[in-house]
Amino acid sequence: MADVSRATTPGGGIARLLGLPPGTRIGVVPWIALAMLLFIVLVTVFAPLFSPHDPIALSPLNRLKPSSAEFPLGTDAYGRDVLSRVLYGGQVSLLIGVATAAIAVVAGLAIGLVAGFFRLADALIMRVMDAFMAIPPVLLAVALVAIHGASVSSVILAITFSEIPRVVRLVRSIVLSAREEPYVEAAISLGTRMPVILWRHLMPNTLAPLIVQATYICASAILIEAILSFLGLGIGTETPSWGNIMADGRTYFMLKPSLIFWPGLVLSLCVLSINILGDTARDMLDPRMRKREA
Amino acid sequence: MLGYIVKRILAVIPVMAIVALIVFLILRLTPGDPAAIIAGDTATPDQIASLRESMGLNEPIYVQFFQWIGQLLHGDLGTSLLSGTSVNALIADRIWPTLNIALLSIVMSVAIAVPLGTLAAWRHGRFGDHVVMAISVAGFSVPAFVVGYVLIKVFAADLRWLPVQGYRAPSQGMGEFLRHAILPAMTLTAAYVALTARMTRASLLNVLGEDYIRTAHAKGVKDVTVLLRHGLRNAAVPILTVVGTGFAMLLSGVVVVESVFNIPGIGRLTIDAVMARDYPVIQGMILLTSGIYVLVNLLIDIAYTVFDPRIRY
Repeated sequence: MADVSRATTPGGGIARLLGLPPGTRIGVVPWIALAMLLFIVLVTVFAPLFSPHDPIALSPLNRLKPSSAEFPLGTDAYGRDVLSRVLYGGQVSLLIGVATAAIAVVAGLAIGLVAGFFRLADALIMRVMDAFMAIPPVLLAVALVAIHGASVSSVILAITFSEIPRVVRLVRSIVLSAREEPYVEAAISLGTRMPVILWRHLMPNTLAPLIVQATYICASAILIEAILSFLGLGIGTETPSWGNIMADGRTYFMLKPSLIFWPGLVLSLCVLSINILGDTARDMLDPRMRKREA
Repeated sequence: MLGYIVKRILAVIPVMAIVALIVFLILRLTPGDPAAIIAGDTATPDQIASLRESMGLNEPIYVQFFQWIGQLLHGDLGTSLLSGTSVNALIADRIWPTLNIALLSIVMSVAIAVPLGTLAAWRHGRFGDHVVMAISVAGFSVPAFVVGYVLIKVFAADLRWLPVQGYRAPSQGMGEFLRHAILPAMTLTAAYVALTARMTRASLLNVLGEDYIRTAHAKGVKDVTVLLRHGLRNAAVPILTVVGTGFAMLLSGVVVVESVFNIPGIGRLTIDAVMARDYPVIQGMILLTSGIYVLVNLLIDIAYTVFDPRIRY
């Protein structure tokens, strides 16, 4: 049956390539989001190729210049080229987003697997996670960065702390339902060692939802980094990030709002495309959606 | 039901105890001597030594923890290092602007988000739905302070309808309060509306698939009545939950918004404390906001059991 419908579904090429059920339709919006994200990633990763100027070169003669051929987005209060800073700034912002998502997912997966499988550990772990979830993420990050000083790695760790509990909850709930499955019982009764059961039988169930979760964490980490910088707690401005470019622009906002709006626009478009891709992935992976399609 | 409520209240204790432990450890696991950090770079060794003594840092760490907890149980959040006044007094002094703006923002959010989410569910898969979902994703993706600055630029700087920043208490006149509070509240609202509208839509879509909705339609009940009376009422529980959990987001947002609009609330208090390394105030603020978050969620859980006849434990 499945093979027949797969063969007759027009335009199912991409969906089939991604291992999705037949008839899954991907609208045009996710493609635009993907293109936009790829574009932003490319221009920031290859910022040295595209930047017209040195992002940290001070030029007192060119303070707060409007857009021109030489400075496409104008200059900031120190005469630095805003376009170059936004391009380079994306490197730090994207690094923080991706690294936070990766660390939070790996740590959350490990803790969640243990919590889901060992009842004894579960109660304790979940109370700790509840406590971490009760602390507003920005406040936790603010406190950690304030005490440990702001560097790329401390900012990443500070944001990771408040993202881990969400991953743990997700993984745990999946493990709790998967461990009742016959194949897990069979593995246990065959005397399979615990790490093998966790890794080979339970972990794969969590992969798809975790990919979706990772996109949301990445988006949220980019936003929190911006907030930290904006509050004056982020990485120093000699390393531009989208957040600290906007923080720099605060003083001169009334004079030159574009100092906040340009980096803000690029950051928002980046986070928006990540969120759209996350939503698309979630909708496609949702088993209830599959049923509806069928 | 009473048994459940008691159990639910008791469950708050371990969570808050762990929050307290985390808050304590954040400061104590710092490399280096907290007294030296607090005293600052200009302090003499004698000053640091006396500060160590007065902070009780010469006691074993578990003794310090329990002393601090004992203090907390008496409702005492400690003394600000910067101003020398009690943290309780500082917070009591600064909390009203924050609460007023947060409250205004919640009211505005629900008033905007629930109709939007309902519209999206009603027009599921069609144009109206797509528009609402687009607004909602966008609301998640723009940092609050960028929203704030756009609003300032448009309504305060260009149109000159509203003040750029500042705060007036409602006691100074409701009109003036609203004039100053509306932009900060709208700024906070952006992400909150996104979250609530999404949840309203999802929850309502779930309910609209139920048999009793079809029955109501078959009986010839008007569409609007089905949507509002049969649909929305039964979809209310997850919506209420998200309004509650979104409260944490609001508390984070307050820090940013008060900084943008120069509002003398607890968000500004926190940032000032962070800049001055005023640890007791930072600790107190984290405990307070976590406490509010836990309390709000507790109240919502209890509200379900009382108001929703379907939920029985």
